[in-house]
Amino acid sequence: METAIRLGLTLGQIGAVMVAVLLTVALLTLLERKVLGWMQDRMGPMEVGPYGILQPVADGLKLFFKEDIIPAGANKLMFSMAPILSLVPALIGFAVIPFGPDWTVDVQGVDFKPFVITDINIGVLYILAFASIGAYGIILGGWSSNSKYSLLGGLRSAAQLISYELNVGLSIVGVLLLSSSLSLVTITNAQAGGFWNWYFFAWGSFPQAIAFMVFIISSVAETNRTPFDLPEAESELVAGFFTEYSGMRFAFFFLAEYGNMILVSCVATVLFFGGWHAPFEFLQGPESLHGLTGIAWFAIKVATFLFLFFWVRATLPRLRYDQLMRFGWKVLLPIALGNIVVTAIVEYIFPS
Amino acid sequence: METFVFFYFASIIVVTAGLVVALKNPVYSALALLVMFFHVAGLFVTLHAEFLAIIQILVYAGAILVLYLFVVMLLNLKREEHFHSQLIVGLFLGCVLFAEAVLLVLKGETTLGNNLAASAAPIELTRGNTESIGELLYSTYLFPFEVASLILLVAMVGAVILTKKGILEVKS
Repeated sequence: METAIRLGLTLGQIGAVMVAVLLTVALLTLLERKVLGWMQDRMGPMEVGPYGILQPVADGLKLFFKEDIIPAGANKLMFSMAPILSLVPALIGFAVIPFGPDWTVDVQGVDFKPFVITDINIGVLYILAFASIGAYGIILGGWSSNSKYSLLGGLRSAAQLISYELNVGLSIVGVLLLSSSLSLVTITNAQAGGFWNWYFFAWGSFPQAIAFMVFIISSVAETNRTPFDLPEAESELVAGFFTEYSGMRFAFFFLAEYGNMILVSCVATVLFFGGWHAPFEFLQGPESLHGLTGIAWFAIKVATFLFLFFWVRATLPRLRYDQLMRFGWKVLLPIALGNIVVTAIVEYIFPS
Repeated sequence: METFVFFYFASIIVVTAGLVVALKNPVYSALALLVMFFHVAGLFVTLHAEFLAIIQILVYAGAILVLYLFVVMLLNLKREEHFHSQLIVGLFLGCVLFAEAVLLVLKGETTLGNNLAASAAPIELTRGNTESIGELLYSTYLFPFEVASLILLVAMVGAVILTKKGILEVKS
């Protein structure tokens, strides 16, 4: 009985998070086009529904009913598996993100945490591990399509993901040193009390602002967004690794890219900007309302990062391949390593 | 239940490990290896070694195997053909390893079994898995740890020199 309740609660929670994430993805596809439109002095999509708000529905229906083509000479098994291999790691990471306060509710004798699916003690490593698994979908999709554009896109993507994964991992180490924990719930709780306690500012210790810059730049590269979208550079490679994909398989790659964007924004919020904590205590409201205000603050911070992604896309031109590699290995990596050394020394002299 | 889980992981590991060497297409071999890494990680989780499990996925599946695939795609091998010349060497090595395994199993009933039973007794964990590993690495096993990092550094310098050498020769 206890197992049944636990299973039901967890499945319900997973369902709720997945629905929320997929709805956000649908909203993002519209918002991205709107924001890009406004930044380029256009209106964006306006035809479907008032101000084009039904555009995601129309896009979804179109992709759903589109013919599913497998190119001649393609490896059918790998071709069908690749979109799934890239979508699952993008969604699985949300399992350890704390969306609200660290409450424990007692549901008929079962301890239940309403705002985090599972609080494992290696949450940060879990997210890093599954982010790196996402590379398989892209590489295999590029390889199995039997097309030179796809193959080139897949190769570029593999090199890029491996190089920038390292920077993401190293930029997080500073935060881990300050919080001395790998659990995202513990890291969030350590940042309570006001914005000066967020690890971006880290009052009384070494601020992680530099680490945050490295993290956000590497994250843009890891999600294959402009200005690091070489794997799918449309002016050189048609559409990179998903050139040959159409219909729902294409939609899966699309969902994976946007899912990764949301995941990265959530991780940045939790690690550097206090998760669900408000910038000032009084903005959090009374204790009983922390669940509501917590989720609201979390959503506001995540939305800010998502806007940053769009803003960067509208502003910056794409890097060349050698520039990308040089920037990753010779600029970002030394900065991230230096941050670890300085943070460790400061933390040793002034332990928090 | 525990036995069932162990045998599930163990059997999948054995089967996929066999497939890695048996499959003709190198990409399929790499994927079999990927499945194997995940099941080894699962085995670590059943032993309450979560840190090792996630490192297994992060390092082996996430970094090393991706590089394998990268090389395979660069070479664009459809089939690996030159296994056959290694048949005799492979057979010899296989026999030696098999004999070793049999010897270990036979011996295990006397001395090794007792040692294993002693070390498998539940250890009272006062802190998390990650902290325990960190403390062991930086106290008891500090010297081997430093030696390993030095070897890695030498390997890295070697790789840099090998690539530099080619560039210099072309120039001169």
